[in-house]
Amino acid sequence: MSAPPPPVLEARGLVRSFGGVRAVDGVSLAVRAGELLALIGPNGAGKTTCFHLIGGQLRPEAGTVRLAGRDITGLPPPRIFRAGVGRTFQITATFGSMTVRENVQMALLSHAQRLFGLWRPARRQMRAEAEALLARVGMAEQAERASGVLAYGDLKRLELAIALAGRPRLLLMDEPTAGMAAAERRALMALVARLARESGLAVLFTEHDMDVVFGHADRVLVLDRGRVLAEGTPEAVRADPRVRAAYLGGVAA
Amino acid sequence: MDALILQALNGLASASSLFLVASGLTVIFGVSRIVNFAHGSLYMLGAYLGWTLVTRFAGGGAPGPLGFWGGVLLAALAVGLIGVAIEVLLLRRLYRAPELFPLLATFGVVLIVQDLALWAWGPQDLLGPRAPGLHGAVELPLLGLRFPRYELFLIALGPVVLGLLWLLFRRTRFGLLIRAATEDREMVGALGVDQRALFTGVFFLGAVLAGLAGALQLPRESVNLHMDLAVIVEAFVVVVVGGLGSLGGAFLAALLIGELHAFGILVFPRITLVLVFLVMAVVLVLRPHGLAGAAPAAVPPGAPGAAEPVIRPAPLALRRFALAVFALACALPSVLGDYALSVFADFAVFVLFAMSLHLLMGPGGMASFGHAAYFGIGAYAAALLAHHLAAPMAAGIALAPLAAGLAGLAFGWFCVRLSGVYAAMLTLAFAQIAWSVAFQWVEVTGGDNGILGVWPDAWARDRRVFAWLALALSAGGTLLLLRAIHAPFGYALRALRDSAPRAAAIGIPALTVRWLAFAFAAGLAGLAGALFAYGKGSVFPTLLAIPRSVDALLMVLLGGVRTVTGPIWGALAYAGLSEQLVRATDHWRLLLGLAIVALVLFFPEGLAGAARRWWEARESDGRR
Repeated sequence: MSAPPPPVLEARGLVRSFGGVRAVDGVSLAVRAGELLALIGPNGAGKTTCFHLIGGQLRPEAGTVRLAGRDITGLPPPRIFRAGVGRTFQITATFGSMTVRENVQMALLSHAQRLFGLWRPARRQMRAEAEALLARVGMAEQAERASGVLAYGDLKRLELAIALAGRPRLLLMDEPTAGMAAAERRALMALVARLARESGLAVLFTEHDMDVVFGHADRVLVLDRGRVLAEGTPEAVRADPRVRAAYLGGVAA
Repeated sequence: MDALILQALNGLASASSLFLVASGLTVIFGVSRIVNFAHGSLYMLGAYLGWTLVTRFAGGGAPGPLGFWGGVLLAALAVGLIGVAIEVLLLRRLYRAPELFPLLATFGVVLIVQDLALWAWGPQDLLGPRAPGLHGAVELPLLGLRFPRYELFLIALGPVVLGLLWLLFRRTRFGLLIRAATEDREMVGALGVDQRALFTGVFFLGAVLAGLAGALQLPRESVNLHMDLAVIVEAFVVVVVGGLGSLGGAFLAALLIGELHAFGILVFPRITLVLVFLVMAVVLVLRPHGLAGAAPAAVPPGAPGAAEPVIRPAPLALRRFALAVFALACALPSVLGDYALSVFADFAVFVLFAMSLHLLMGPGGMASFGHAAYFGIGAYAAALLAHHLAAPMAAGIALAPLAAGLAGLAFGWFCVRLSGVYAAMLTLAFAQIAWSVAFQWVEVTGGDNGILGVWPDAWARDRRVFAWLALALSAGGTLLLLRAIHAPFGYALRALRDSAPRAAAIGIPALTVRWLAFAFAAGLAGLAGALFAYGKGSVFPTLLAIPRSVDALLMVLLGGVRTVTGPIWGALAYAGLSEQLVRATDHWRLLLGLAIVALVLFFPEGLAGAARRWWEARESDGRR
């Protein structure tokens, strides 16, 4: 047996402060291929900041981020995308002046390094690939619609298709199911879990809905005031008294 | 040594005047986020009204102290009321419109005021009265130098006005609200403050300051019709260098620019005009929000006006229509007379010019306020080649887009690193630098006299052949732009405009894409400029001046910035309209200004936008 490969994502000792407050204070975490890691914690615990540090939207003051062993700390988002990281945003971000399919085509063209074409129409390029991705997230029927008019749950699914277009090894999803109905949430997370198992994708996600977290995550990491409070299987974390205290705060104490 | 001290004092005096104008401009911007192009017109009106009030109503002869100072103050108040009128009648309706619309509306006001001032006060320069009690010179203690009393008064006035404004902002409720609104406009609205009254009040304050500055120029210089644009460009520089919305920054920047002028004339007499804009460019590159400015709050996604329409391939009927129009355009030169042929070539040039700007403004979402720079650089490249090297036209037409494109690469590298108003102002600064070079480097460019004798080669000298050549190159360039908009490159540009974080997260390199778009647009504007030069047979610095940049903006907006082919129709309509106006009436500025204001107020989606809406309504009726 050879040594196990390095984890897809390995962050060590991440630090970032805003105006003297350490929003993220020495967070370390690792996600392996095919694994879903949920990042949870009360509001202001530093979840989104952590995401921005890994995705390149913010630069850490200390610590390292490695992707399959390669140091990607502090790279700008476009280079982190090229290294193999796809992400969805807490507040959905799509290209409102494009159709659903064109949104995915845009990501495919970028991944194929075909952004600087000046002559062939973009809408005729990589069309089949885009439609295949849309079919995977259940958006095939809406390919021709303007992305600006989509319902919230559909936007989240479109974002997932866009994130997958770069053939990522790591998927970062900031509250992937916020604003969706319960059945939609389960369907989306089941899809993500299936993708992870099938293609060895590593998934790091934040979530407020505990049903989603405990129903789909392989492991759970709890943040509180910028620090890792607990980490383990959903069952172990659920049973941890410190986690209960952090979530229930004054009530439990 | 004495000369240096005197020059420094002169610099301080101009700095004070500059600060008076700039302070009003910056306060208005801070609260309303409106870049008020008409601020220079208010300054000019202050000077004209002051002249009338002091000379006419002071009872003939030398005006007494009350006559002069009363006249100056009355003029300032009157200008304040004019400012209120502009705010209430025009700008109030535009606070929710995209950034460029209020700016264009105020440019319309500039044109209107120019014609009204010409009508009221005539074209000749007016000499103002001296200030009673302040004429003559006084010996400065310690230095032993004689210096004009009035200039000393102005030197003192700047800090006094700064102090008064500071007191107003710190000690009154009105000032508190102004500061709060500068920080966070939404919040002030949410607190239940009457924003309308606040904005009107701010405009009154700003206009009074501009009017006061204008009226106080009476003893220093003659009153003329060029004061408005001369001062507004300087005031923009001061406000941008100081940091938009910052009073202290404006004061500092006014000192910097005032002294720069004073010593620039001594040290670099040949590049005084360039110097100021060079300083502005350097400051913006080093401190992107000015000396004392803060980064503007990010516009939240989904802000009003953010929803751009989906660009789809043109429907078959529209493509057939376009083909028919192009066929007609190809046939037209064979039946046109000489004058009509030269107008035809101009129209072809303007279509390409407008379409090249539209790549930046529409899909690119960037505002360029100095697109004339690239038009002019192309024209001058062709003219210089013809004049100094006797190069054939083919060489000029090939090298002009190259020269303009290289200028676009150089200027664009800085411009794409800024956003919003700062980026627009930097494009303006670079255009003014290019203009200053054309204007002041007389040995090479001929200065104000331009370069004459830039004629096409013999084979294209026939007006009909040249019209076809212009049409072919314009259509070729336009086709290139249209293909680019529908190609991955245009999509990447739009992606950056629609959602910067999403575009970054899928690997689109924002700066590179925007930079290349800037150079691409500049190159095609340069091609348009070269054609224009050969069509006219001459080039002048006005090709690079502000009004030419505004022409391009108007063509794009008239056609519809949110459409793909709108600027073509916008260019034809605008060029046709101004052509007719200039020929039909002396008051073309007034009419054009009114047309701009009406366009911005009642027709913001442009010709093609309106046509599209009509078409879509018809289509959906048909389906029902």
